Amino acid sequence: MTTQTGPETRITRKFAELKAEGRAGLVTFLTAGDPTPELSEEIILEIAAAGADLIEIGMPFSDPMADGPAIQASSLRALKAGMTLPKTLDIVRAFRKRDNDTPIVLMGYYNPIYIYGVDRFLADAKEAGVDGLIVVDLPPEEEGELCLPAIKAGINFIYLTAPTTDDARLPKVVRHASGFVYYVSITGITGTKSADAGDVAASVARIRRHTDLPVAVGFGIKTPDQAAAIARVSDAAVVGSALVGIIAENRDPSGLPLPDTKDKVLDLVKALAAGVRAARD
Amino acid sequence: MSKLNTYREGPDESGHFDIYGGRYVAETLMPLILQVQEAWEKAKNDAAFWDEFNRYMKHYVGRPSPLYLAERLTEEFGGAKVYFKRDELNHTGAHKINNTIGQILLARRMGKKRIIAETGAGQHGVATATVCALFGLPCVVYMGETDVARQRPNVVRMKMLGAEIVPVTAGTGTLKDAMNEALRDWVSNVEDTFYIIGTVAGPHPYPAMVRDFQCVIGNEVREQMMEMEGRLPDSCIAAIGGGSNAMGLFHPFLDDESVHLIGVEAAGHGIETGEHCASLNGGRPGVLHGNRTYLLQTEDGQILDGHSISAGLDYPGIGPEHSWLRDTGRVEYVSATDKEALAAFQMCTRKEGIIPALEPSHALAYVAKIAGGLPKDHLLVMNMCGRGDKDVDAVAGYLGMD
Repeated sequence: MTTQTGPETRITRKFAELKAEGRAGLVTFLTAGDPTPELSEEIILEIAAAGADLIEIGMPFSDPMADGPAIQASSLRALKAGMTLPKTLDIVRAFRKRDNDTPIVLMGYYNPIYIYGVDRFLADAKEAGVDGLIVVDLPPEEEGELCLPAIKAGINFIYLTAPTTDDARLPKVVRHASGFVYYVSITGITGTKSADAGDVAASVARIRRHTDLPVAVGFGIKTPDQAAAIARVSDAAVVGSALVGIIAENRDPSGLPLPDTKDKVLDLVKALAAGVRAARD
Repeated sequence: MSKLNTYREGPDESGHFDIYGGRYVAETLMPLILQVQEAWEKAKNDAAFWDEFNRYMKHYVGRPSPLYLAERLTEEFGGAKVYFKRDELNHTGAHKINNTIGQILLARRMGKKRIIAETGAGQHGVATATVCALFGLPCVVYMGETDVARQRPNVVRMKMLGAEIVPVTAGTGTLKDAMNEALRDWVSNVEDTFYIIGTVAGPHPYPAMVRDFQCVIGNEVREQMMEMEGRLPDSCIAAIGGGSNAMGLFHPFLDDESVHLIGVEAAGHGIETGEHCASLNGGRPGVLHGNRTYLLQTEDGQILDGHSISAGLDYPGIGPEHSWLRDTGRVEYVSATDKEALAAFQMCTRKEGIIPALEPSHALAYVAKIAGGLPKDHLLVMNMCGRGDKDVDAVAGYLGMD
């Protein structure tokens, strides 16, 4: 078992709080700029108040290989609406003006960061108030690219582990992980199959034999009940495709968001948060 | 950049050719990639594996393919002696089968029960469907819906061979999206599935593995040229999309300084128009589909769609080893436009009675540009990497023929 020594951030403080409260956290995922940069910012500004304990913000990419149709479509909507990496950081800055406690994790693929410039990106992300990074296509084999520089910059680099990550490989994956470990509960892409809580419990226990970091579980969690079931056996439940799906469904024929889109997204967040909070009562 | 003692030792253990290559894939795939690498390391050092490979090359694919002196074109150009490496005569009509035979033999060794592939022009899809029929394995081919429409003959062939074709509508419905979709399939079916990648790109070990299977092309040229002319060629020219036929031709000559190596990218409507597939001439380094390489992309690092008259060259990236060879200067990378390729297609058909695929027509277009200015004893080899049967309808359309 590895005792983690990564940067102290809002993420590490939040998980310490959750532990003290004796409950798991809710992590929400939305793609920055979906369906428009303006509405996306409005939703994210209110998402913590609706019950998100950690906020994951997707950095849109043209070719999101590990994502299912819902997240792919959200990336393309955001790009079409003119979303960029600098504008994503602007949303983080706007959020930080009103909330200096809720952790923010940026999630995406490496190429836009590489093109922006790794050092410049880390400096700007830190200044904007980003606490952690999940970069799907940077496994530990490529840790020199961004993981190690991020740790130096005081940002947590969060690794994904999958059902295919066996006991022989886990130590390599968690070696430089910090903040939390993200367990991908299915072998597949986001928003498709649903995880079985029993399998998840066993997998989380297996990961905990290798690290003392909190374990968040995602991919395939859509309803408050599923979130509650995952919250019973892990440190946080991540919900993405279901929230993004609401944005996709609530658009007029020209693709513009319907007036109550924000409320509908926040209503699901509230329901998910209630599920997660009640899970261990 | 300073000259290296050898250009043939890459990649390093982690799959890099200097900064290019690597393994930029999601964790779900990483254990699989490592399994493929381990199996490949074993197979490539096993003489029995190569015996089996060579047996299929000879008796099933029909190798060695001829090295043919194109006399009428040589006369027409009035300079270099122009030889065609006739890989269009291979079973299934292109070089792609060299690689699919190699990879399916590896898949069988690994005990995999299901094969997936991506395809653009459909040549790799046909070559994969063919070896799946040969070995009795189910085959799923991902193909962008745009390409399904413009390469219909190959779609029919794949279906006849028993493959399931999945038209990809995600993104822009071309080769890059087909590759995304194949990777998603692989992530979702990790236990029993082997992904046969069609070119020298993707995560390590694919670029090196596909290269090693395609090196049969250059190795044969070397032997055949020694036999026919008593010396090595002076230049080798090949078309480049992902770059597998070019790498197969070039790699055995990388350390022969006297051999000038030229890769021809697809310039589409012209590089200056932005509508092209010339990653090396009009792109910059980035990370996509498991490797770092030159890519067509926006200022923000979003991947662009290429354009080429040839669906087989219509990919916004290129194999990482080509990126490295470009930066070292060992290989020269040029380009030819749609129009130039069409003209070369017609010239080859009329003068040599060989209907080339649109992909090697790009290489021939560049040969047509330079051959006349080269001395008569200059030995030039162009890889005729595919035949044009699949393209006749499209070309007839462009030419306004009934």
